[in-house]
Amino acid sequence: MQLQPMAAERLSQAAPPANAAIAIDDVTLRFVTPDGHMMTAIRDFTMTVAHGEFACVVGPTGCGKSTTLNLVTGLLRPTTGAVRVMGNPVTDISRDIGFVFQADALFPWRSVIDNVAAGPLYRGTPKAEAYERARDWIGRVGLGRFEKHYPHQLSGGMRKRVALAQTFINQPKILLMDEPFSALDMQTRTAMQDELLGLWSEQKSSVVFVTHDLEEAVALADKVYVLTAGPGTVKSVYRIDLPRPRVMADIRYDPKFVEIAKVIWNDLREEVQLGQSRTLQTGH
Amino acid sequence: MTAISPTADHAAVRDASIAIAESRARARLRHRHAMVIGLRLAILIVFLGLWELGADYNFIDPFFFASPSGIWQQIWSWITEGTSQGPLWLQIYVTLEETFLGFVIGALGGIAAGIILGRNRLLADVFSIYIKIANSVPRVVLGSVFIIALGLGMASKVALAVVMVFFVVFANAFQGVREADRAMIANAQILGASPFQITTSVIIPSAMSWILASLHVSFGFALVGAVVGEFLGAKQGMGLLISTAQGAFNANGVFAAMIILAVMALVVEFIITRFENYLVKWRPAPFNEQGA
Ligand SMILES: Nc1ncnc2c1ncn2[C@@H]1O[C@H](COP(=O)(O)OP(=O)(O)OP(=O)(O)O)[C@@H](O)[C@H]1O
Ligand SMILES: [Mg+2]
Repeated sequence: MQLQPMAAERLSQAAPPANAAIAIDDVTLRFVTPDGHMMTAIRDFTMTVAHGEFACVVGPTGCGKSTTLNLVTGLLRPTTGAVRVMGNPVTDISRDIGFVFQADALFPWRSVIDNVAAGPLYRGTPKAEAYERARDWIGRVGLGRFEKHYPHQLSGGMRKRVALAQTFINQPKILLMDEPFSALDMQTRTAMQDELLGLWSEQKSSVVFVTHDLEEAVALADKVYVLTAGPGTVKSVYRIDLPRPRVMADIRYDPKFVEIAKVIWNDLREEVQLGQSRTLQTGH
Repeated sequence: MTAISPTADHAAVRDASIAIAESRARARLRHRHAMVIGLRLAILIVFLGLWELGADYNFIDPFFFASPSGIWQQIWSWITEGTSQGPLWLQIYVTLEETFLGFVIGALGGIAAGIILGRNRLLADVFSIYIKIANSVPRVVLGSVFIIALGLGMASKVALAVVMVFFVVFANAFQGVREADRAMIANAQILGASPFQITTSVIIPSAMSWILASLHVSFGFALVGAVVGEFLGAKQGMGLLISTAQGAFNANGVFAAMIILAVMALVVEFIITRFENYLVKWRPAPFNEQGA
């Protein structure tokens, strides 16, 4: 392992400290496939996210990124190892967590405002208050005129904004995002990234952001996790010391940014190639 | 670099030509619509005319195959003089009442069973075999069983209608629950929904289009159940009217009752469609209806 004197400092992995916001400690997760075999999705996986930290996870397709997020939510349980959120072992779906899904997960039969108000309503907030907060959040993501629209009447970028408002309205202390912007065009994505960083710095939440786009990861993160091809484990961790606040449209021309991205890409490339050749061989 | 923008002149000319094209397109649409309706009417008139002429000149034996004028006379005499078993509206009312009761009970039962089994893997695996068996029994035969068990009154017809409706609605509700999007369910869970809230706010709405589709078909089934039940043994109803007409070799009577049943089914179908459009107003219009 070599030490990097520049902005991308490669960190050594240690057992997570007790006060971390998210601690995944030496976790292995195996799925039972429909034909009764065991299939390892992630192995010996260790990851720590401090309070208020923005962590990005990159890795080849199928390496277990979504699985990792599901471990943190409690939707999946580790086969071995432990997952702790806010110091407590994950036993149930925690109220501290917000999740922006890879797929479109809005409720198509609810209008924008009903979608955004869903979280508070589920959690027993009085109706009037829930809608007032929903209106506020819709305004913040710039969709004030679209309250009464149904999701199918919105563009892809607008739907993603609704999803952000729907998640942020619960004021999650832990924010998990699974390739939230991968389906968007360049301009919209840049705008959404800026919005996300703005909301994050307001809320001081701890973020795990999964992406297959390394530049996106470097631009957003305090810390980038590079995973190996499946079964995934952490290959290396980089600390990104680019100054904040960052402006997404400009940061990609920053020489320091380019340099960091290049270093991490060298690391990631092998895994991507490995993942691709495996996908071709096994067909999944 | 220079930006190119169209001049005001160009814009005005373009707008005018668009307006002309639009009005032409609208005229074409109106014309086509009128033509479709005209052709439909023409086909109906030719069909009834040929039937009537064929009956008059004895190409078609009106004793077996009735005739449009005979059918009309039959309906008219039922309306004005009543049927052999009482006023016509009473027969319609009895059959509709049985159909509705059977439809509502069968549909609610089917929806409830579909949701419960759809949400519970173990129950679904255990019961699926029995449902398959029950579903493969020709249900109309059960009509005889119900008449023996429940008598000639309304109960036996309602029971047959319930059985006809239940399985169709159940199968669709079950499928609809199973198809509910997993990401959407996970989303609701993380937003804080309890299992009950997930059922009411995610599972049922997403199964709704499946359920509504089955309601269309199953109303027809409920009507068949009620009519067949009456056919097998009853004191009132359209089915009895048919079986009486059949017993008297009155082909006009059979056709007349059939037409009345068809009108009843169409009216209810129209109401269900209205109800459906109201319930699923969140759904995008199919492409061919957009802008029409
Ligand atoms: N429910 C499941 N049952 C069995 N195997 C699963 C299940 N969910 C995921 N897997 C497997 O686990 C591995 C990791 O899946 P995961 O969805 O975490 O990948 P990913 O890194 O998010 O990929 P992508 O970048 O394409 O979204 C894959 O090989 C997948 O086939
Ligand atoms: Mg994924």
